[in-house]
Amino acid sequence: MDLSLIIMQLLSGIALGAVLVITALGLTIVFGMLGVVNFAHGALFMIGAYAGLYLASLTGSFWWGLLLAPILIGAFGMLIEFLLIRRLYGRSIDDPLLLTFGLSYVLVEGVRIVFGSDGIPFPTPPQLIGVLDLGIGFFPRYRLFVILLVAVVLLVLWLMLEKTRVGLIVRAGARDPTIMQVLGVDIGRVWLAIFGLGVALAALGGVLAGPMRSVNPEMGSLVLAEAFVVTVIGGLGSIVGAVVAGLMVGVSISLVALFAPEMATIVMFALMAVVLLIRPQGLFGVKGRTA
Amino acid sequence: MTSPSSGEAVAKPAPSGLGWLPDQRVLLSIAVLAVLPWLLPSKALAVNVLIYGVVVMGYNLLFGYTGLLSFGQAAFFGAGAYFNGIAIGRYGVPWFVAVAIAVFLSTCLAAAIGVVSTRTRGIYFSMVTLALAQLVYYVALQAASFTGGENGLRGFTVDRINLFGLSVNFLDPVNKYYVLMGLAALAMWFQSRILNSPFGAVIEAIRENEQRARACGYNVECCKLIVFMLSGAISSLGGCMLALHLSIVPLDILHYQTSGMIVMMVLLGGARSFFGPFVGAATFLILEDVISLWTPHWQIFVGAIFVLFVLFLPKGIWGTLLDVLPIGKERR
Repeated sequence: MDLSLIIMQLLSGIALGAVLVITALGLTIVFGMLGVVNFAHGALFMIGAYAGLYLASLTGSFWWGLLLAPILIGAFGMLIEFLLIRRLYGRSIDDPLLLTFGLSYVLVEGVRIVFGSDGIPFPTPPQLIGVLDLGIGFFPRYRLFVILLVAVVLLVLWLMLEKTRVGLIVRAGARDPTIMQVLGVDIGRVWLAIFGLGVALAALGGVLAGPMRSVNPEMGSLVLAEAFVVTVIGGLGSIVGAVVAGLMVGVSISLVALFAPEMATIVMFALMAVVLLIRPQGLFGVKGRTA
Repeated sequence: MTSPSSGEAVAKPAPSGLGWLPDQRVLLSIAVLAVLPWLLPSKALAVNVLIYGVVVMGYNLLFGYTGLLSFGQAAFFGAGAYFNGIAIGRYGVPWFVAVAIAVFLSTCLAAAIGVVSTRTRGIYFSMVTLALAQLVYYVALQAASFTGGENGLRGFTVDRINLFGLSVNFLDPVNKYYVLMGLAALAMWFQSRILNSPFGAVIEAIRENEQRARACGYNVECCKLIVFMLSGAISSLGGCMLALHLSIVPLDILHYQTSGMIVMMVLLGGARSFFGPFVGAATFLILEDVISLWTPHWQIFVGAIFVLFVLFLPKGIWGTLLDVLPIGKERR
């Protein structure tokens, strides 16, 4: 087993982890602000992939699909918050979770009605087909693009949250919504926007994953479990946690696949169990809130 | 077509002076289940109501009575079915010994998952149970030499039930129903016994106010773990019933969609009520049966109905009915 192979596998893992980071980030931001875990997150990821595929074939360009799908699905997410989830604030913490679970049934079956139950191949954009010579080995261009794009998105999100007035309101709102209302901020609008952002991130993850996995109505259920594992390891509500844990999970899946392929699907759950036994609140989680 | 479930749900209690009913809940539930095959359109549907009723009842101990929203109950349902099938098919164990072994091993599995998951609280608990149950799913998928992998577990059939010198033809649907009802009755007695015990009061105290229960000197972590194991044990008995009924164990039984279905059933019927799980299982399965007659996309309707229940009828059908009836509130 030579070193270059391991480094290539590491890069693969980072690409895999990058999609996980984006998806888990949507989940964790929504939880941090609204205290809601969105069980339809996986279904919305899947719908994002379908929307990207549909828009790409409609406009004839992958790039429009990549840009428009998250915006459209994000708007759809805001509609969900406005029509359904808003009614449950102040009720049991389990209720939004149950509602979004029922919603995921509806969404998955809706996609089956429109697009059929079979998987659809998602063509890689022509500019990104093929591999790039990195000196030590060849790496798919598309995966490199995914890593770079996710890095840019993370940077933009970080700047938005830490350096702008909107970000200040969001961070303060996560800490104490009541005080924000006293200060005259319409917290309902902030929640609406944050839920939309979370869903848009899920959809972006779906479009990015499209060319790496096949697109089918069930793809969301696997992703939901993966996103849960990542947020639990990183600490629910922690953005840094989602990034670190997402990369950690991606890299460990891909390294384990190299040495023991049959353990690849199991390793992330084992990782989660170990983290929980040592730090029940997750690596970057705040104690007292959830554990 | 939906009338059997609502009819059966309304028929049991008469409108007044029913304070004695909760004391006889096990006998009353058995009485309703005994006539169920003759009320539903098919015997197969009745058997499914019985099996899922037991599984959901076990889950209700965790969710309804202790307030722990687990999304991983399929692990124990499936483990019961797999262990039972493997014990019979691979090791040729008599069926009732296989049931005992399967429930024991599933309870051990529940202990292992419980140790990790009961360390967490609230929403975290839901996510962790889901993830750990998915782990069980993938292990079953990978260990194909034991479990049959994607094809499910096959190669074990119980065609005669021999017990106490009696030999019953298990292939006859009516016999099958009443044999399985015997197991269900056992589970109901056990569940009722737990709920009536001081431990049953403690888990409800944990649900109402965990910190206060802790302040009263109860070991909350230990109680949660025990209830997690008891709940897994009862649900795994449902799994054994499924294995005996189908003679195959589909891999899907372990998927988290099954856990989700269990959650839906308990909410449709009514969490925190003794008979609610059976009402919920019947409602879900009848809806599936009826809607799939005219469209394969029954899930979209069931999902939508479930969303409406969460929004407008969070106590479920049976729970809402019990609120209307003059029955003592503390014991149901």
